[in-house]
Amino acid sequence: MRGGGLAGAAALAVALGACGDDLPRDEICGDRRAAPGFDVDAPFCDRLSTYGLFSELSSQTPATGVLPFQVNSALFADRADKDRFVWLPSGEVMTWSDPGALELPVGAVLIKTFGFPTDARDPSAGRIVLETRLLVHRPRGWEGVAYVYDRNGEGRLAPEGASLEVAWRDGAGAQQRQTYLVPNKNQCKNCHEETEGVLAPLGPKARHLNRDGADAQNQLQGWIDAGLLVGAPPRDAWPRSAVSDDPQSGTLEERARAWLDISCAHCHNPRGAARTSGLDLSITAEPAALGVCKAPVATGRGSAGRKFDIVPGQPDASIIMARLESTEPEIKMPELGRTLIDEAGVALIREWITAMPGSCAPD
Amino acid sequence: MLRLRVLAVIIGASGGIIGCGDNLGPCDGVVGTCIPVPSDASANDAQRALLEATPGSTVAFSAGTYHFKTGLSLDVPDVRIIGAGMERTVLSFAGQTDGAQGLLVTSDGFTLEDLAVEDTRGDGVKIEGAERVVLRRTRVAWTGEPNATNGAYGLYPVQCKDVLIEDSFVRGASDAGIYVGQSENVVVRRNRAEDNVAGIEIENCIKADVYENTATSNTGGLLVFNLPGLQISNGSDTRVYRNQIFDNNTLNFAPPGNIVGVVPAGTGMVVLASHRAEVFDNDIHDHRTTNLGVISYLTLQIPISDPSYDPFPTALYFHDNRFSGVSSNPSGDLGAVILLSLAEINASGGGVPDFVWDGVVDPSRLVGGEYAAQDKLCFQRNGDGDFISLNVPPGDAQLPVTDLAPLDCAHNALPPVTLGSLGRAAR
Repeated sequence: MRGGGLAGAAALAVALGACGDDLPRDEICGDRRAAPGFDVDAPFCDRLSTYGLFSELSSQTPATGVLPFQVNSALFADRADKDRFVWLPSGEVMTWSDPGALELPVGAVLIKTFGFPTDARDPSAGRIVLETRLLVHRPRGWEGVAYVYDRNGEGRLAPEGASLEVAWRDGAGAQQRQTYLVPNKNQCKNCHEETEGVLAPLGPKARHLNRDGADAQNQLQGWIDAGLLVGAPPRDAWPRSAVSDDPQSGTLEERARAWLDISCAHCHNPRGAARTSGLDLSITAEPAALGVCKAPVATGRGSAGRKFDIVPGQPDASIIMARLESTEPEIKMPELGRTLIDEAGVALIREWITAMPGSCAPD
Repeated sequence: MLRLRVLAVIIGASGGIIGCGDNLGPCDGVVGTCIPVPSDASANDAQRALLEATPGSTVAFSAGTYHFKTGLSLDVPDVRIIGAGMERTVLSFAGQTDGAQGLLVTSDGFTLEDLAVEDTRGDGVKIEGAERVVLRRTRVAWTGEPNATNGAYGLYPVQCKDVLIEDSFVRGASDAGIYVGQSENVVVRRNRAEDNVAGIEIENCIKADVYENTATSNTGGLLVFNLPGLQISNGSDTRVYRNQIFDNNTLNFAPPGNIVGVVPAGTGMVVLASHRAEVFDNDIHDHRTTNLGVISYLTLQIPISDPSYDPFPTALYFHDNRFSGVSSNPSGDLGAVILLSLAEINASGGGVPDFVWDGVVDPSRLVGGEYAAQDKLCFQRNGDGDFISLNVPPGDAQLPVTDLAPLDCAHNALPPVTLGSLGRAAR
């Protein structure tokens, strides 16, 4: 049934390509396009398949020209796994930038799909695909939205988000049941506005991308070789973020800072949504801004009765641990995107604070 | 003006008021684009309305109680959210499972009118980084007993500019009922704050007028604070006048570790490390610990790692206030220091003075043993309000002082806050 639909769509897409923007939305959005395409001036279509970004949605097989990539450390998303892709309009390229995201041309689309293995012990059992988020570079800036998959495997536009029940088996074979939250459009902004009022990509930064991809080739080098990335400095000058859960990838300090960078710094930076707290967890933050011996400001119950964000050597006296170890809405950090505890992240930050020298006793 | 027009439309539309009012939709009478949120709407429906709103439009909630388990957010500029009245339209977040606030607003030109937000897990209504904010006839309440599990802030604009909060009611916040942080040009007037830890708190703000409010039954009635480590570092120019601040004797129920946790039960007003404040024509009475406290951040003994921060209160002017009702049983750490200080000068018999100053001064500002005229702490024409400068830190060689003569000075009146950008909305 699916194959028949695709064949029909291919024929229609030819006609659509010739007609362009004057068509009403239904027709622009029509059936699946033969090749990836995105009208940056049109509102989001109701169905994800319209854009032709995948040759097969269920397996997340990208269409030709849709480039998969991986990042060194990832934001915990309630144990969901993620597939990441970028699509560039024909003939357009990415331009090197650091420490912010690579500069992507207008028309670029970042694609991230969230899912769970049906049974993590058995890849052949398949995957539960929940949602795909698009971040589109429109002429006036980036815009993000989520598509939630219906029972036919079609992604449906869901600007108001969704709450989904998921059942899967983890690597130990344990049955997991959880409520998975798809963010609404404003919540996309809450994370992606690293600078207030400016929606921007987070993952495609040189330090996160500087690693081997699925093809065992360095991703940045691969894009440079393919003529898709220009302006890069010599390779020995590329930054590289540690992999938070790989001790071989960096020191404890480097891995902890990489984790804070990817998990917290999109809000906790001097221009982000959490700037009002005075807590800066970005990769360049100094210890005082990082929360060492810093009294909280507007923490409410989030303080857990503790006096400082970080007390060196004392994770259980540090507010940051109470935040990471909570699932209560007004206490947990990150504030969005999780209802579970990131056990690996908690262990890493605990180890980091435990090893931190110094104290918060008055002089 | 707008209200009159609404009324006229209602009368015109119904052709006779009796029996027709309940049939009106929430958008009836609203001028301009209006998105109704029917009384059976889910949180998702309400969120969709807030996403679909366009600049200049109104999102109108019906009379009735909405039960939302997830927080709402607005990021479209110049949107007004209205209800049918702060006792008639209730957004209840009891049992909330997601969202650190009831309503989070991140866009300029926001107006909230005539509805209530109840029982949020975290803050009630938070507005971050917005210019032109009006909160009017709104109610934020935690409906149970005062409890550390209540949300922190009721009405909570932070890093905003041109803020008006008026005719609103806040109850039960485990931090501050009305909390304005790191904002500029702020008017807080004719509100009522009850049963919160702090009734009204102005923190690290520049230019705030706080007047004709009532703060009662909180732990501390009204706080003007300056804290270190924030982007707006040294707040100044606060006017506090014609407020009724009385009987704020509720036990402090803030979660430990929060700065308001230092406020002892029975505190009328506290000025912490603020600069240029004029406090006048207030009625402040019946507080167990003190009617008025002025303290330095150093007294809190919390390390300061912010070199730009000035921990010393300067240029405060208290005049023409009416104080009454003292106790001999002050509470908390501050209460203990007050009792010690009173004993040191054999003044325990008279009860706690109305005005307690920690007496901590900035040595670098001293000229001939006292502050220059522009930095002084001044206290004039406050009836028979009495005073003590504490011996802080305890054991310091300098004895507590109760003589008001050194405080008999004046500062120039501070100018009123103008909310020019709010235009008609501010009237």
